[in-house]
Amino acid sequence: MEDLTSPKQDKENQELGEARRPWEEIAGSSQDPESGLSEPLESEQWLETGPQPRSSPPQSPQSRASPPLDEVRGSGAPSPPSAPEASFIPFTLALAGQQLAAPWQSDRTTDVNPKAETPRSHHLEQSDQGESTAPQTCQSEGDTFKQSQQTERHLYGPEDVSNNNSKQKELRFNIFQEEDSNSNYELDHTESGVSEGAPSLLEIAVQSAKAYLLKTSSKSGLNLYDHLSDMLTKVLDERPENAVDIIESISQDVKMAHFRKKLDTLQNENEMLPIYETAEKQKALFLQGNLEGVDQELEDEIAENSLPNVMESAFYFEQAGVGLGTDETYRIFLALKQLTDTHPIQRCRFWGKILGLEMNYIVAEVEFREGEDEEDVEDEDVTEERDDGDSDAEENDEDELPRTFYKTPQVIPKEENRTGANKYVYFVCNEPGGPWVKLPSVTPTQIVTARKIKKFFTGRLETPIVSYPPFPGNESNYLRAQIARISAGTHVSPLGFYQFGEEEGEEEEEVEGRRDSFEENPDFEGIQVIDLVESLSNWVHHVQHILSQGRCNWFNPIQKSEEEEEEEEDEEKEEGKGEELEYMEQEVGPPLLTPISEDTEIQNIPPWTTRLSSTLIPQYAIAVLRSNLWPGAYAFSNGKKFENFYIGWGHKYSPDNYTPPAPPPVYQEYPSGAEITEMDDPSVQEEQAFRAAREAAALPVEEMGETEEDEDEDDDSDQE
Amino acid sequence: MDAESLLLSLELASGSGQGLSPDRRASLLTSLTLVKRDYRYDRVLFWGRILGLVADYYIAQGLSEDQLAPRKTLYRGRGRKLGNQDPGDVVGSLNCMEWSLLPPATEEMVVQTSVVKGRFMGDPSHEYEHTELQKMSEGEKVFEEEVVVQIKEETRLVSVIDQIDKAVAVIPRGALFKTPFGPIHVNRTFEGLSLSEAKKLSSYFHFREPVELKNKTLLEKADLDPSLDFMDPLEHDIPKGSWSIQMERGNALVVLRSLLWPGLTFFHAPRTKNCGYIYVGTGEKNIDLPFML
Repeated sequence: MEDLTSPKQDKENQELGEARRPWEEIAGSSQDPESGLSEPLESEQWLETGPQPRSSPPQSPQSRASPPLDEVRGSGAPSPPSAPEASFIPFTLALAGQQLAAPWQSDRTTDVNPKAETPRSHHLEQSDQGESTAPQTCQSEGDTFKQSQQTERHLYGPEDVSNNNSKQKELRFNIFQEEDSNSNYELDHTESGVSEGAPSLLEIAVQSAKAYLLKTSSKSGLNLYDHLSDMLTKVLDERPENAVDIIESISQDVKMAHFRKKLDTLQNENEMLPIYETAEKQKALFLQGNLEGVDQELEDEIAENSLPNVMESAFYFEQAGVGLGTDETYRIFLALKQLTDTHPIQRCRFWGKILGLEMNYIVAEVEFREGEDEEDVEDEDVTEERDDGDSDAEENDEDELPRTFYKTPQVIPKEENRTGANKYVYFVCNEPGGPWVKLPSVTPTQIVTARKIKKFFTGRLETPIVSYPPFPGNESNYLRAQIARISAGTHVSPLGFYQFGEEEGEEEEEVEGRRDSFEENPDFEGIQVIDLVESLSNWVHHVQHILSQGRCNWFNPIQKSEEEEEEEEDEEKEEGKGEELEYMEQEVGPPLLTPISEDTEIQNIPPWTTRLSSTLIPQYAIAVLRSNLWPGAYAFSNGKKFENFYIGWGHKYSPDNYTPPAPPPVYQEYPSGAEITEMDDPSVQEEQAFRAAREAAALPVEEMGETEEDEDEDDDSDQE
Repeated sequence: MDAESLLLSLELASGSGQGLSPDRRASLLTSLTLVKRDYRYDRVLFWGRILGLVADYYIAQGLSEDQLAPRKTLYRGRGRKLGNQDPGDVVGSLNCMEWSLLPPATEEMVVQTSVVKGRFMGDPSHEYEHTELQKMSEGEKVFEEEVVVQIKEETRLVSVIDQIDKAVAVIPRGALFKTPFGPIHVNRTFEGLSLSEAKKLSSYFHFREPVELKNKTLLEKADLDPSLDFMDPLEHDIPKGSWSIQMERGNALVVLRSLLWPGLTFFHAPRTKNCGYIYVGTGEKNIDLPFML
């Protein structure tokens, strides 16, 4: 409040200075019967000082005579009766432009003589006031309107003043204040009291209304009087069009201006912090170009092939109606550049984006340069350790009790790096500029389990996957498994773009006619776009199919078990692998570079949809391929170039709803047979017969008895 | 999203990969203007697209002049007087140029088409066949008979659009306000949500007539602002977690993705008026949601 009042005091001091002259005029005019002449001047004066409505106008002698009074008023305390009355009425008059009333006004405040007229003039004024103030008070506060109406009533029946208790309190308060505040005011007060008996009631009423307006809110510490005056100040300062329409927002602005003062030290910085952080991170992306100026040529040599032309393929995908925004694509482009600059990468590709609940994943597919696979060694160590642990456990227990026959289903080893499902390494980041995280290589178990579950990605790699078939690993493994599945299903290229490598001929024999490597066909001449759209057989898979085993290349689990023991083979048959034994040699999937026209249908739904990107300009259109099996997977080709892209939630499509896998079968108990059932206890007859038989042969077997004793001793020692 | 600010909106919504090719954009900008003129709509919203196997449906919604509030338009044919004589405010197109009115959806259609599963074909006149057992009674005899019901894809399209609108259409709090006389207007003084509000689901409303609001207790209603809180907030959606809310571009953009109807993306740039939603998807509900969370 203090800082609020100080400027007002200044204002009022100023006004006091201004006030002097008009008052002199009034003093003159009071003697002069044609007092009306001075009035226009006053009202002009008023228009100038208008923005400060609460400042007391110069008409009343009191206002000048009592400077301390203003101070009191400024601090929210009610002021003596006559001053506000004098200020209030001329103000409204000036606003209403009713200059007729002005002479009365000056008469009343200064002249003592025409006493008989004063009540009437006051009545008129009051009604004027009622009319002119009503709209204002309505806008701001309904109560004040009531008050002013009340004041009107009080005029006619002065006895009613005491009716309102609260008002009376205020009145008392006012008087109290008066008495306290200044003694030099007494003169004026008595003067007015003497001069106007009836008007003093009005003054009191007006005063009480004002006191109500000045009541300080317990919440904000503001009062309505100041607020209204501030609002009017603002309106008159800024002079907006149609001020009445936006009065609410002006009111709000004025209030906000008060509050900002308190908050500025606390708030400002924190709220926008994340946006600056991101900007700071991404700044690094844009700056990295400058860093490498030193050995440009060397960098070029290395980086030439590794960085994909993201923008070019983004352009084509935009023709197809998929892809991220231009600026986000460019940020990703820069992020890929950062990745290729910091890792020994031979080939890199923007794989796509997987949406998550809290954050998304941007996925990059990379191939390390020969012999520079980082960290892979560690991974292998971990798995080896695990194997060791298992075997140790098996060796250790040499109990007589039967060990469990249940062998955990054989762990199918994961494929080596650079082969099969682990042919590529995947890096993910949550947003361009963030750190790239290398995903671990995928194991067949993970793929098999991932096929049975359907989970949303959260965006945090270390989130555990809680699912019914327990998923071996956290979200990073699940993400990697889904990437492997999506790649295997949806990465396609135009027929002829890739061909089988000729040097790899040796491998062919090894894998029985299946070839798992390919190279770009240097003689590829391109395919007509129209052909690509019309026939699915012009597109081929160039990523290996993942078998139901979870691997791309067949791993024979039986062969290994044959080396061990034959029993186990039987067990495995029981476990249900018997079916596979029939055609045990190999589970075969479609070979590499198989046309996608041979893909299986999903319940009468074709697995792929092809489209021409533009029907209007077909000569420059591109072929767009959309996977219906993996919604969000797209491929385009303009005949010579092609690219694959995935954006979506990372889930496979199925027209039916997801069904959790059935619980595993309950193991049957051991069949009741000769090994389980026992004979009855030997009867006495049998034992006697046995003893007789034994005694018959007793003599030669005395030594046996001794040994039995020994055994008993052993038993005893054991028990001890 | 508003047809007039289509390009900006598309750019904002592009984080989900759901865009439009340049020729589609251009043709939409042109044709939606014409739609607005021909049907005398006050606003035209580009609603989204439903991916069909052969072709895609592009959907736009028009809000009529006297119904600045979308409320009535959204609820056409739902027991209101507008009912069937409603001109139909959903227009569909296959090529983005020629728009045709879709009939208003009725409860009956929703029930009828709920038996159809799978993807849309992309041909409005395609007919799904569905066999169902109906109890026939002739006199005293009651026997079951297999009846083949033919459902037109157009019907299904309408009912799916209606379902999506009712389930997941989103509007930020304060973007619309209720006038004392009842109609709901676009709030011209809406300056966008503040950052802290933008992260909360309670700041977003279902863009439809309130359903849950009537069930609230007086105590809960006491805090609501009647001119702003006249719709259901998202935060009470069932199941919990049917929305993914993300701040993108370093808090410069908030994106809401519906998990119940995957494909619906709502975007809003805090502190600006830019907001809207677009649906790009197959038009199938994700009934596996509880398993996936």
